[in-house]
Amino acid sequence: MALVTTTKGEMDESLLEKKEGFVDNDNEYTTWVEYWHEGELVHRSAHVALKKAITLSAEAASFN
Amino acid sequence: MANTQAMCTTFMEELLEGVHNFTTGTGDTFKAALYLASATYNASTTAYSTTGEVTGTGYTAGGVNVTNGTSPAATNTSATAGVAYWTPSASITYTSVTLTTAFDAVLIYNSSKSNRAVSVHTFGSQTITAGTFTLTMPSNTTSTALIRLATT
Repeated sequence: MALVTTTKGEMDESLLEKKEGFVDNDNEYTTWVEYWHEGELVHRSAHVALKKAITLSAEAASFN
Repeated sequence: MANTQAMCTTFMEELLEGVHNFTTGTGDTFKAALYLASATYNASTTAYSTTGEVTGTGYTAGGVNVTNGTSPAATNTSATAGVAYWTPSASITYTSVTLTTAFDAVLIYNSSKSNRAVSVHTFGSQTITAGTFTLTMPSNTTSTALIRLATT
């Protein structure tokens, strides 16, 4: 029996409707999971994996 | 109104002024705050602010500490070029939160130095309900590190 933290307290996963999804693009890979109870969203978690670095360019000027 | 992924311009100036210290253990403390999709954080952001920050159960204004277990590194790629880079050493996690208004950005800032801004990172809009929001960092390499200073 797996318990899920919800807006209504800990609930048995078997009592809930589970929905999952993901987003995959150049910037991120994101997964999310939702649990619904009697038509109400009672839990949503998300996991974002950032892919893109921010780069600062640097240069040394020449004298000529 | 939108958040834009960027390195903050004042951060670049402050690097030349020696303000920030990313050294593991003896360096500054960096934090990560979440911002609503309706906010406007970008390269012009100079410091952490509560304006546009998410609010909700389990979330403390200012966000969470960034784990810095790996000091910055640098690698020469040629006689005239190289890369210095840094990435938080662990995922940034907000546990047991409810954030019902959509958010799409995290601001990394230096809480040891007057909350001066470092960088803004964006992602697809999210909400969290009695759950956990986790930001996993890219690999800490010369080409993928979260923050890179590079010459070509």
